[in-house]
Amino acid sequence: MIYFVARRLISALSVVLVTLIATFALFFIAPTDPAGAICGERNCTQQRYNEIKQNLHLDKPKVQQFAEYTAGIFAGRDFTTSGVTRHCGAPCLGFSFKNDRPVTEMLTSRIPVTVSLVAGYAVLVLTIGVLVGSLAAKRRGTMGDRVLMSSTLVISSVPYYIVALMISLYLTVLYPILPRGGWTPPSENIGKWAAGLVTPWLVLGIYFCTSYARYSRGSMVETLSEDFIRTARAKGLSDRKVTYKHALRAGLIPVITIFGLDVAASLAGAIFTERIFDLPGLGVLVLDSLNSYDLPVIMGTVLVASVVVVTMNFLVDIAYSLVDPRVRLS
Amino acid sequence: MTDPASEDRKDTMVESAAGQAQTPADAKRGPAVATRERRQGAANPSGETPYLVVEDLTVKFPTADGLVSAVNGLSYSVPLGRTLAIVGESGSGKSVSSMAVMGLHDPKRTKITGSIRLGGDEIVGLPENELMKVRGDAVAMVFQDPQSSLHPLYTVGNQIVEAYRVHHQVSKDVAKKRALEMLDLVGIPNPQRRFSQYPHEFSGGMRQRAMIAMGLVNDPKLVIADEPTTALDVTVQAQILDLLNNLQKEFGSAIVLITHDLGVVAEMADDVLVMYAGRCVEYGTAEDVLARPRMPYTWGLLESIPTVSAANERLRPIKGLPPSLLNLPTGCSFNPRCPYKDRVKGERCTTDLPELLPVDGAGAHTSRCHLHDKASIYEAEVAPRLG
Repeated sequence: MIYFVARRLISALSVVLVTLIATFALFFIAPTDPAGAICGERNCTQQRYNEIKQNLHLDKPKVQQFAEYTAGIFAGRDFTTSGVTRHCGAPCLGFSFKNDRPVTEMLTSRIPVTVSLVAGYAVLVLTIGVLVGSLAAKRRGTMGDRVLMSSTLVISSVPYYIVALMISLYLTVLYPILPRGGWTPPSENIGKWAAGLVTPWLVLGIYFCTSYARYSRGSMVETLSEDFIRTARAKGLSDRKVTYKHALRAGLIPVITIFGLDVAASLAGAIFTERIFDLPGLGVLVLDSLNSYDLPVIMGTVLVASVVVVTMNFLVDIAYSLVDPRVRLS
Repeated sequence: MTDPASEDRKDTMVESAAGQAQTPADAKRGPAVATRERRQGAANPSGETPYLVVEDLTVKFPTADGLVSAVNGLSYSVPLGRTLAIVGESGSGKSVSSMAVMGLHDPKRTKITGSIRLGGDEIVGLPENELMKVRGDAVAMVFQDPQSSLHPLYTVGNQIVEAYRVHHQVSKDVAKKRALEMLDLVGIPNPQRRFSQYPHEFSGGMRQRAMIAMGLVNDPKLVIADEPTTALDVTVQAQILDLLNNLQKEFGSAIVLITHDLGVVAEMADDVLVMYAGRCVEYGTAEDVLARPRMPYTWGLLESIPTVSAANERLRPIKGLPPSLLNLPTGCSFNPRCPYKDRVKGERCTTDLPELLPVDGAGAHTSRCHLHDKASIYEAEVAPRLG
């Protein structure tokens, strides 16, 4: 177990490092001109332009820039602008080009929003999706199965942003049946927090549970035809116990993988949902920083995203070994 | 069985077996029932009061290509303490018929007619919640492949405990004690440790022992063993068969053994029923069927067993393939593969389905064949080839 964790940690770190290098290369080596962007088009003198470049260490070799950036993450670093030195504590991701705020602070203020959104989504999508899938698998070939499965197809064949936009427009603005989306920290007012999130949760949950319903239906249909299910029935167990204890446990395993990666992906980029429902999460931050070439922020979000993906993969592996004793952590 | 602990338990086991033989249901059944069975060919060759009575059982599955008759007019019976072997090729209906005895067919996808009685109680047509009470309690099943038949994600002990607690309202501790006792009884060394292991940590033979322990945990009166040794090593096969034999002596249960291995039949069975294309083609005591078979299909099965003395000879398979159940040949289902059909006058083999009739005009040994001189053909032509 310790060996397993250590090995996974090393491989996780190397994945994060490679992602960092790749992002760094893309944005800092590619023909972009951050100093020029900061300097602006008007009032930009050559002297000011050079000064900015110097302050940001953009005149240094790329390798040194990367080393300084990486060192900043672990040890913090100092930035000197026009003679004023600012300390950026570890984990330092630099200062935003756009508004000069520390990137770390910007990220940490956004993370609770996205985590709240994704947590609710994850719970909904898993419970509704697996429930619908198991029900359909149980009634395979019947009218109920067909109705359930075709409705999942209908829902998921409309692009997500259209569904979300329509619901936001019609059900929260025009006919305010659902509360409008918005962000209130849960520490401030837990009721308001939930109210602002409930619509995006529902929209995300209902839209994306359709694919879970189909995964789990397939997996459950396969599991229900296994020999050990016949054994369970031959023991005299009730149909419900056979389906929701014996079959579900085995049928869930393939769904876990998809779930883990899906949660990771939505943590890193629930862009549409955050934009449409006015939630200041990571996705919106990425979008804004991309629009304004705010490279430190882009780097920061990419770093967070890669850490999230690697962590979720790790958690999926752990979950696997908990559910399936045949999977050894080695 | 080599396990000394089981010796201590033997006394109680014998007692319970004796108790089973006198179930109220058995006692209730009058002579009228018995005569009816005999007329329908369901009397078992031993003449004892049967525990399981199957009469004119038909199992049909509706498929996209039409109605498949997997089992057609099958009748047999098994008394407590006796073993009936059902022999046949894949698709002959042997597993399907015993799944019907367990009530394991999905009623929505299966049409079952006829009668299956356990200790006098009818199984066919019982609602699911009634069947549940029978499954695993009065009737238990031991499946072919213990690797896939045990749940891979639950410990072996857990699965046995579950099987016990379905039918007994007892605490987990009591059930665990019972499970440990069963593991010990089936000859699994170190039950305490094995209890909390998963099926993948067991060897094939041990898994099948665990499966048997699970099947017998509720002291069933009828055990259906569906090819219990097919997935196992030859040496382990013998051990498992011994185990089943010994357990039957202790528990006194009836066993229906489904197999295609005539070696297993010879070792285990009291009675033998040979199935072909969903029908019984020969039925009698093991001695009758194995030593005096009266049906060309049974001859073929016996001839196809490789013998050590004929090591250099080619195997003698039954030529041709089993018929499609969707499109059975007219007349005798075996006629396209039967090497003896020319000996029957006219076209009877291809036009008339032979009835299941006593081979010597009266006895309990029956076969389904138009041949007149079955006995002399067997003695003159088949028996010498069997060596």
